[in-house]
Amino acid sequence: MTLITALIAGLVLGGTYALAAMGLTLQYGIARIMNLAYGDMIITAAFAAFVLQGAASINPIFGLLIAVPGGFLLGYAVYTVILAPLVARAPNRGVLEVDSILTTFGLLFVVQGILLVIFGSNYTSYTFLNEPVNVLGATIAANRLIALVLALGLGITLYLLLTRTRWGTALRAVAVSPQSAQLVGIDINRAAAFAFALGGGLAASAGVVISMYQTFTATGGVVFTMKALIVVIMGGVGNLVGALAAGLILGVVETLVATYADPGLTLAATYAIFLVVLLWRPQGLFGRAVR
Amino acid sequence: MKSLKDRLRLSTFAVLAAASLATFGFAADDAAAQERKSIKIGYAVSKTGANAGGAAMTTIPNYKLWLADVAANGGLELPDGTKLPVEVIEYDDRSSAEEVVRAVERLAGQDQVDFILPPWGTGFNLAVAPLFDRYGYPQLAVSSVTDKAPEFVKRWPKSYWFLGGGRDYAGALAKMVDSQTEAGVINSKVAMISVADGFGIDLVNAARPAFKEAGIEVVMDRTYPVGTQDFTTLLKEAAASGADTFVAFSYPPDTFALTQQSQVQAFNPKVLYLGVGAGFPTYGRNLGPKAEGIMTLGGIDIKNERNMAYRERHKALNGEYPDLWGSVITYASLQMLQESIKRVGLDREAVAKELSTGTFDTVLGETKLENNQLRQLWLLGQWQNGNLVGVEPADRPGASKPVLPKKPWQ
Repeated sequence: MTLITALIAGLVLGGTYALAAMGLTLQYGIARIMNLAYGDMIITAAFAAFVLQGAASINPIFGLLIAVPGGFLLGYAVYTVILAPLVARAPNRGVLEVDSILTTFGLLFVVQGILLVIFGSNYTSYTFLNEPVNVLGATIAANRLIALVLALGLGITLYLLLTRTRWGTALRAVAVSPQSAQLVGIDINRAAAFAFALGGGLAASAGVVISMYQTFTATGGVVFTMKALIVVIMGGVGNLVGALAAGLILGVVETLVATYADPGLTLAATYAIFLVVLLWRPQGLFGRAVR
Repeated sequence: MKSLKDRLRLSTFAVLAAASLATFGFAADDAAAQERKSIKIGYAVSKTGANAGGAAMTTIPNYKLWLADVAANGGLELPDGTKLPVEVIEYDDRSSAEEVVRAVERLAGQDQVDFILPPWGTGFNLAVAPLFDRYGYPQLAVSSVTDKAPEFVKRWPKSYWFLGGGRDYAGALAKMVDSQTEAGVINSKVAMISVADGFGIDLVNAARPAFKEAGIEVVMDRTYPVGTQDFTTLLKEAAASGADTFVAFSYPPDTFALTQQSQVQAFNPKVLYLGVGAGFPTYGRNLGPKAEGIMTLGGIDIKNERNMAYRERHKALNGEYPDLWGSVITYASLQMLQESIKRVGLDREAVAKELSTGTFDTVLGETKLENNQLRQLWLLGQWQNGNLVGVEPADRPGASKPVLPKKPWQ
């Protein structure tokens, strides 16, 4: 019984991690942008949900309908205005990676600064759907369950779109080999911009969901970027299912360690399995060996 | 960026105020007042970074309120009755200990301010204490919880400690649990968790011996890392432990998460004691009637009219009520500084002596330091009828009676 409870609690926790990481994996895998401002995009969406809920009394679930397209547009704008010139200039992938890391590192502070000016540095939170739901005998908060359902729903939908549609095949072709993709008539710039924007939309959905049950501050984005990075690297860069699986695994391991060993060891456990995965499969759980 | 702008704005304001004062006061042949056009007050606080949440709650709004009050009063009053406007120099320490040291050094050395207000946080106040001492500035270390205050006072005679120590808070908690056990309200078992960082370590280290001394059995004693947001397993373990009292020495995000998750799990200990954050105005507002009965550090005496008036002024200026622990003490410490300057002038040595020995009329009521420490503190508070009222020390005037057992979550 305890085991089932721990597993379910772990999956719910992992759902958050997966949701937060899927957008980053798209941005890095397809658009080749290592977006260090990713966590701050999550926080921006969290504040958006807070404002919608407080000022306009729009329920965060409906808030998703506003925040996700907003995140998509914002991602698109960031890519075309700030990142596209870097892509055009970079002679190879290595240079682009370094440039994008530096640029998004700067962007992180810009976003953070704007949030600080608007909202101050205070802890922000609101209560939404903090109701117990019984899942196979385990009591789970409804707001956390939404994170899991949303992560699974978005992850599977996107996976199907990427593998079953012509459009998805083109995106994957860009991820595998941008040069060759160009040869078969794929507009790689458009594909990259679209993937980056999609990542922005996913970040926004994660932000809205996280704001339902977690306290956040304008400066808290870094934590999400870190967690998402671990999940992305563990799952295999650019692999949606990998991010989903790695997120869920992390959540379950953390909860099991907290239940059967000591809550103080959860952080250590996170990094231990991260190391084990990297030693065993440097390309990540679902990653392909490149080069 | 912002601090620079603030500084420019405030100094422009100060210069304008000084200029108008000079125009009017020209006829008066007070040489000293003409020499000095303003009093410079500087401070470095965490406006960004990890400490920004705490500083934005307890420190910065009270600095703003006090400065606004002083400006409305026409400036800081000196012993001869003249009033000088305050020129403010503000730095952001970006939550970095090196940065706060550098900023204080700059305030003392380059800006040559008359007084320096302290940064937020125990660690940061300790980091800058040697500097305040070396440059001879009184240090009103408000937001610092430390048991070592008596030692610090010996080492840095111009340092003042306003928030008590872990032993005070843990002792008050143990005393309350003990007396409720004797009254037969709860059993003598305690389940305890703590965050593995400064505040949590300090408090739990003080709580272990305090509980032991009171004959209270600690049946669960776990720590969790900073940043933990999922307390499912810890709450389950606490519920299974058979303890009537659940204690969490937690940071604000953990406090909020613990509260929400206790409701979801229908975890209903007879005594629910949570750490920093349970005294934040947002906490009471988000929870509404559900906050009833929750205990934490701090509290206020709601019959103290001056404190209640201060709360309203704080809300009018900052758009939010102050927290129910350190905020009012921060403001009172500034009133003490203001009053000392009024009594003895700008000589820092004399101001320090006045702070140590004087009796002051503040928003806390009559306030006096003992051996450079504020001892009139609310060590344990409980949410009752929408207010976090002071419960311990029970013999302090204005103390409320604890209402236990806490009602189950509706």
